[in-house]
Amino acid sequence: MQDIIRGKAYVLGDNIDTDQIIPAKHLVYSLSDPEERKLYGRYALSGVPDAAAGLPQGYITFVAEGDHRSPYQIIIAGKNFGGGSSREHAPEALQIAGVTAVVAESYARIFYRNAVDGGFFVPLETIQPVRTEITTGDELEIDIPACTLKNLTTGKAYGLRPLGDVLEIVKAGGVFAYARQVGLLKS
Amino acid sequence: MGMTMTEKILARHAGRQAVAPGESIWVDVDILMTHDVCGPGTIGIFRKQFGPHAKVWDREKVVVIPDHFIFTNDQHAHRNIDVLRAFVKEQDLPYYYDVGTDKYKGVCHIALPEEGHTRPGEVLFGTDSHTCTAGAFGEFATGIGNTDAAFILGAGKLWVKVPETMRFEFEGPLPPYLMAKDLILHIIGDIGVDGATYRAMEFAGDGVMSLSIEERMTLCNMVIEAGGKNGLIPVDAVTEAFVKSKTAKPYEPVADDPDARFHSIRRYKTADIQPTVAKPHSPDNRSTARECAGVKLDRAYIGSCTGGKLNDFAAAARILKGKQVKLDTYIVPATTEVARSLATTMLDGESLVEIFQSAGARISQGASCAACLGGPSDTFGRLNKSEVCISTTNRNFPGRMGSKTAQVYLASPYTVAASAVTGTITDPREFL
Repeated sequence: MQDIIRGKAYVLGDNIDTDQIIPAKHLVYSLSDPEERKLYGRYALSGVPDAAAGLPQGYITFVAEGDHRSPYQIIIAGKNFGGGSSREHAPEALQIAGVTAVVAESYARIFYRNAVDGGFFVPLETIQPVRTEITTGDELEIDIPACTLKNLTTGKAYGLRPLGDVLEIVKAGGVFAYARQVGLLKS
Repeated sequence: MGMTMTEKILARHAGRQAVAPGESIWVDVDILMTHDVCGPGTIGIFRKQFGPHAKVWDREKVVVIPDHFIFTNDQHAHRNIDVLRAFVKEQDLPYYYDVGTDKYKGVCHIALPEEGHTRPGEVLFGTDSHTCTAGAFGEFATGIGNTDAAFILGAGKLWVKVPETMRFEFEGPLPPYLMAKDLILHIIGDIGVDGATYRAMEFAGDGVMSLSIEERMTLCNMVIEAGGKNGLIPVDAVTEAFVKSKTAKPYEPVADDPDARFHSIRRYKTADIQPTVAKPHSPDNRSTARECAGVKLDRAYIGSCTGGKLNDFAAAARILKGKQVKLDTYIVPATTEVARSLATTMLDGESLVEIFQSAGARISQGASCAACLGGPSDTFGRLNKSEVCISTTNRNFPGRMGSKTAQVYLASPYTVAASAVTGTITDPREFL
């Protein structure tokens, strides 16, 4: 895990469920095949209704047609990000698209767990709602030890909640690496 | 200090006398279930992390149930079932319900209890968010992702944070026009789609204990729609009779201690609840069938782990008997056992299949998750355009049943059947 994460913001609203993050018809591609798995990046966030995609203006595609990497690396979202299905393809699709951090007001439990245990990106929570203060495309900087989110475009800074219990798993890079570190898995 | 059922089950599986909410603990797993959508990814991680020749921790505790994308021409979906089949063969797993064989079951959450894999007091993890359905049997059951499932496959354990328990009590038996779906949609409307995040939801009171096992499954199935970690219903004679009819394996039920501490307790009188509807595009967008009266519909859908059990079809048949549907009405039995029962279950001298056929409904040829989660574009009942659908399923997120422009109303089988007859959202009391 990097202490400092920089990237462009992609802003979403409340209750972005995993069907919006990766619609079910795409759940057929192999996650093991290095080429085929790129399709998850291609279709990441393709289920978000157009008007709600890339706030505040909307109608901003997350990943361009024919590409599998997004120009945006940090997702800013409201309450209950990742609700619904337990499909781990959702956090993994965001990672394949190049997401390194998600900053939400709160998370649905299974999605949060999958993001942490799979080591896909750093899931952070804001203390106050900030998504209306950030525009899709703004340059952001996250300082994890300091628990801050800076909007480099506007110069404003916001507090983040400490990772708490899951910090060690996030630092290790996922539950397997963590379990090996603490001796729960042998090899 | 006393413990709730959830705390007791987790303590026992962590080898501890007691646990408290908020603690992170490692628990031993009784059953791990996976299916065709998340199985291949789980198997990939298992091989990568434990080695190409690794064996699962206990072949008797792994259950593999293909159910999501079965009746489709999508070649990737077929390939995923081949991956499951090869793994099951390699690991010599006894509990695999293969597509195209007599063993094929259909929707995992209904198949698990039918095959005796749900038992009081146990810990069940599944790579599907509706794994919480099995809380109806008095066990701790919750959904996980591929990485956690792969960890269990190799290690037989997983870390969990002990949840606080929210208790929901219903007083009085259900009026004849209500179903468990109305109760759970009512609760979700009260607490919101994140109202139980990180928490257990326990259902109790004589209103709940008077429900059949299938109706109890409907209640627990949708705790995830409030963000809940697991649902739980106390074990009684109804639970025990069902479980003993499916398995001879021993189990140890738990009960709440008299001084168990709850996050909160909500009490409802069932007689106060109305036939309930969740409007597009969220399960907590609560309304009643009466308030939505007249909303024009294109389609009705009866199926899924929450609304495709035999009792769901029996309820729909009560309303559809001797009538004609005005909407394209899709009937999708959750499992092959449910499908067979549709032909043998009689209502006033007519089988449920005959009732649905005479009413003009379309009956799926295969048991599966089908259009509940959209699926490949050739999926039976999928909403491929901006249709308006009333459905007995559990989610009405944007695009959940197919097109992002479609609209889905969630309701009980009674309300869906009544609406299919009139073509607009209709309170089932008009027919019951």
